[in-house]
Amino acid sequence: MKISFWLNGVYCQEDVEPDKMLLPFLREKGCYSVKCACETANCGLCTVLLDDKPVLSCCVLTVRADGKHIVTLEGLQEEAKEFGSFLADEGGDQCGFCNPGFIMNVLAMLKENPAPTEEELKEYLAGNLCRCTGFMSQTRSIQKYLAYKKSLQEGGTKG
Amino acid sequence: MLKIKSYVKVKSIAEAYELNQKKTACVLGGMVWLKMGNRNVSTAIDLSGLGLDTVRETEEEYIIGCMTSLHDLELHEGLDAYTNGALKESLRHIVGVQFRNCATVGGSIYGRYGFSDVLTMFLTLDSYVELYQGGRIPLSQFAQMPKDRDILIDIIVKKPPLSCVYLSQRNTKTDFPVLTVGASLLEDEARTVIGARPGRAILIQDKKGILKGFKEMSRAQRKEAALKFARFAEENVPVQGNMRGSAEYRKLLTGVLTKRAWEMLGGNRNEN
Repeated sequence: MKISFWLNGVYCQEDVEPDKMLLPFLREKGCYSVKCACETANCGLCTVLLDDKPVLSCCVLTVRADGKHIVTLEGLQEEAKEFGSFLADEGGDQCGFCNPGFIMNVLAMLKENPAPTEEELKEYLAGNLCRCTGFMSQTRSIQKYLAYKKSLQEGGTKG
Repeated sequence: MLKIKSYVKVKSIAEAYELNQKKTACVLGGMVWLKMGNRNVSTAIDLSGLGLDTVRETEEEYIIGCMTSLHDLELHEGLDAYTNGALKESLRHIVGVQFRNCATVGGSIYGRYGFSDVLTMFLTLDSYVELYQGGRIPLSQFAQMPKDRDILIDIIVKKPPLSCVYLSQRNTKTDFPVLTVGASLLEDEARTVIGARPGRAILIQDKKGILKGFKEMSRAQRKEAALKFARFAEENVPVQGNMRGSAEYRKLLTGVLTKRAWEMLGGNRNEN
């Protein structure tokens, strides 16, 4: 079936099988940040933005992306790098496997709620599983990132 | 693995209904459950081009399109206020935001899954389903019906004065519930729903009239009624065991959560 969509801002047309899921499709398109780590729609590693909403690409038929904007971590390099440095500083990226999906959902959360409380961010990110840590370092990294963003708005700098 | 031969984004409900008469056809919801099974689907029917992904409000009711995502439902201010936050409570523990952006309310309700928080919650409200052929029927009736080839269009929630609470027990955050409880005061009706038994959610009939006149009771009387009804529920709600919990554990949970729910409704407990 012929579909057209925007992948990280680039307009594409493709002929796709009706049962092709978005996750393997995106990997075939070279977006290796999108990964499968559970097969039960639970881990959040395959998170991409579909028309600005974070979704599990393992549950989305590629044909359903027709006419839509798909954004993967490859399309958010600047934002990812900025937040990623806070994640690294707090030791939140031990094996690093879950980082892409986690970063995608953090960025989506901040669009929906720019100043989440600790409770709110834990709830929003509950569907992103990290098997190395206890989520404390991730929580700290978001809080420090938020403080940094706030200080930027007020004219300060990192550190 | 899920296999799909052809995919049709339908232009009308009539078209969807016609395509769905074939036993191997399947109407797509959010696909979070469907994708996990082994199934050969001849025609995957997609309703997402019909504008059924919104919540409309009239004087008497909310009309929730079947393709409304669970996360959109969770963010709906009117429904949140009307249900005293209970609707949000029933949704926020379901896996994660990305999952709830995919999962649809129509998929949850049509599937009538035993583990469904969504079915338990809507049974707690004065809810109906709008079916293409079957018309509007109470959700409690729909929940007991076997699956057929009809198309679920909307879920309707009437707006009588309401107090309600929702509680669930999970072995771990974001997992399937071990037991779900919804309790509500709908005008004069005191309603209690138990789900994840692990069978389909059911309404507990208050055969002994323990909660009759609950609103008019004193605080102490309400507390006593909550305890008495919890014991009644524990003895009478059929539960079974599965990998998440034994029948014995679910029986105890039925009593504990029912008691908590009615204590909350009676002003004797504040948890939500």
